[in-house]
Amino acid sequence: MKATCWMGPTRMQVREVPDPKILNRRDCIVRVTSTAICGSDLHLYNGFLPMMEPGDIMGHEFMGEVVEVGPDVKNLKVRDRVVVPFPIACGACRACKAEAYSLCENSNPNAWMAEKMLGHSPSGIFGYSHLTGGFAGGQAEYVRVPFADVGPLKVPDTLEDEQVLFLSDILPTGYMAAEMCGIKPGDTVAVWGCGPVGQFAIASAYLLGAEKVIGIDRFPYRLQMASEKAGAVTVNYAEVDSVPDVLKDLTAGRGPDHCIDAVGAEGHTHGVQYLHDRAKQMMRMQTDRPIALREAILSCANGGTVSVVGVYTGLIDKFPMNAVMNRSLTIKTGQCHAHRYMRPLMDRIKRGEIDPTFVITHRMSLDDAPRGYDIFNKKLENCEKVVLKAA
Amino acid sequence: MASSMETGIESSASGSRGVGTALGRNARPRREATAPYQRLADEDRGTGGESLSDLLGYFSIGLGLAEVLAPTAVARLIGIKHPNDRNRTLLRLMGLREISSGVAILSNQQPKKSVMSRVAGDALDLALLGATLANSDNDRGRTLFATANVLAVTALDVMASKSLAKQPETSANEQMEKGIIRTKRSITVQRPVDEVYAFWHDFQNLPRFMGHLESVRMTGEGRSHWVAKAPAGKTVEWDAETTEDRKNEVIAWRSLPGSKVYNAGEVRFSSAPGDRGTELRVMLDYDPPFGKLGSKVAMLWREEPGQQIADDLRHFKQVMETGEIVLSDSTKRRGPHPAKPDDKPVQL
Repeated sequence: MKATCWMGPTRMQVREVPDPKILNRRDCIVRVTSTAICGSDLHLYNGFLPMMEPGDIMGHEFMGEVVEVGPDVKNLKVRDRVVVPFPIACGACRACKAEAYSLCENSNPNAWMAEKMLGHSPSGIFGYSHLTGGFAGGQAEYVRVPFADVGPLKVPDTLEDEQVLFLSDILPTGYMAAEMCGIKPGDTVAVWGCGPVGQFAIASAYLLGAEKVIGIDRFPYRLQMASEKAGAVTVNYAEVDSVPDVLKDLTAGRGPDHCIDAVGAEGHTHGVQYLHDRAKQMMRMQTDRPIALREAILSCANGGTVSVVGVYTGLIDKFPMNAVMNRSLTIKTGQCHAHRYMRPLMDRIKRGEIDPTFVITHRMSLDDAPRGYDIFNKKLENCEKVVLKAA
Repeated sequence: MASSMETGIESSASGSRGVGTALGRNARPRREATAPYQRLADEDRGTGGESLSDLLGYFSIGLGLAEVLAPTAVARLIGIKHPNDRNRTLLRLMGLREISSGVAILSNQQPKKSVMSRVAGDALDLALLGATLANSDNDRGRTLFATANVLAVTALDVMASKSLAKQPETSANEQMEKGIIRTKRSITVQRPVDEVYAFWHDFQNLPRFMGHLESVRMTGEGRSHWVAKAPAGKTVEWDAETTEDRKNEVIAWRSLPGSKVYNAGEVRFSSAPGDRGTELRVMLDYDPPFGKLGSKVAMLWREEPGQQIADDLRHFKQVMETGEIVLSDSTKRRGPHPAKPDDKPVQL
């Protein structure tokens, strides 16, 4: 089969690789019909996430048709159409029972590696380095799905691929970012990053009752989408002196009640601070540039919530803990427990409460995946979200 | 308030110790939850508990090898301009002394005495350097530099021996003098105690999650026959006897005297708090080839016993909670194209 393989930083290749096989009794094999490139894939693409090996198959946002089921999978049958959540979860451990699926205690065969770096191991994730299990990803023609009786959600034929594909990751992730804020009527929410997750966080904050949502980015096309499609008040950080000052102004001095970091490790800003962080990162004195996170903390209203769904890959520097502690801020974070949100969000899509297709700007064939990575990474051609059609 | 204080004093007087006596009776922790924890030297980690002394051990071996193999170069380095045979012999002897204290440090479970031997060696080195300094033919700058370095290392040696002296003497591993390694690991399994105990109690289940075991067969009267994988496709076999077996509490076993392999283990089961299932604590004694030093070399290939047991326990949890060991493409095959699983799992 064909698969998008990581061959080194910024080197993606679509290569012929052997088809996946059933390895565990609760596996299924899915023939991928649609898959997408995630912002977090760019951290791998740019070489910021360790434990990648040349040849690793990328992709954790995918859906398709079941073509083979393991002997212990009772709820799926061949030809079922499914969308698959990006964390791999067993459904039986304490974390899964608490619906904290991205903390599954059993699904990362390389948990020992993760324990060395993170203290404890999170769940396995498709196509997301050997630190999270070394599972082959879904930017391919076929993919093996472990614990197929827990993760995949059956999709009715009345919904198109593009309407439900993002249930695999970015829609639940954006939704969880907003949910973690505990939004109350009258609340203002600020979202750093108007990539696809940021767009869905803005939309979700409104679904959860926010009064006003502010979107922060530097690309006019992304800000335009955040405003026109998701309904945000937008701030172009490249055009203002200080984002926290603008946010103070927009909230008459209070600051946003909740701040969402949908940027993560490769944050960007203008001026000396960026050069400082970039230099430290290049010298391996820190692995991540926590620019959005610092701003979110400093901007947040007293007693507010900082919700972090942007992916971090290592260590950060100059973390304003004094602001967090002295101003009673709550930091909430996590890889999305996607399984928890897929069905309710599919119901919202069916009811027309949200149409997630608005983020798609590029549709291409799987063969063009390397070009998709390139334009998404460089923000060329007003690229917001690339969907790859595998078949 | 007064009455709760009084009851607190009462209970600490009646029991062997008081825990949380400032708390009212209802708020006090359960006795089982507050069993004192003493970190026994090395025991809970298998190997590698004393990083400074380990470092000094490696340093000793490195320096010793240099002195034995290249005494002339070492002599020049410490300022002896024209090394003669007597210098070389002396350096070789000092080298042998370094190597032996290095090996002693690394192969001992409690290397206190071995580190002390380094301090004594430092004193000897300093005396010899003093003699070198007294000879005006030598390069005094170099000798002074070498002396400063030895003084610095002496400071580290004294630090290491002091910090080791603070560790409690353990009777935990009576057999450590014989080179037996003891490791401990624990895990929580989301299953009731009786189920977890029953699964482990049937030793024939052990190969389902212990990667190095080929098979275990019960041979009657608390005896069992074990077959384990060995390097180069070979196997080792031994017989073991169950030494303790209390339902839902503990199972212990030991290889029979005269077995080719020494191996003893104990697994304790207890109910985890709340609805968290079962806490499992495993202690394993084994006799690695070439003692602790051998196990340190083996660690380079991730064969270190503590890691092996940690992997086995994780696999045990997977078998109990999900039915089998969870595989990914990369656990089946290393390197490019991880989607190509051959049928032989990689032994991690």
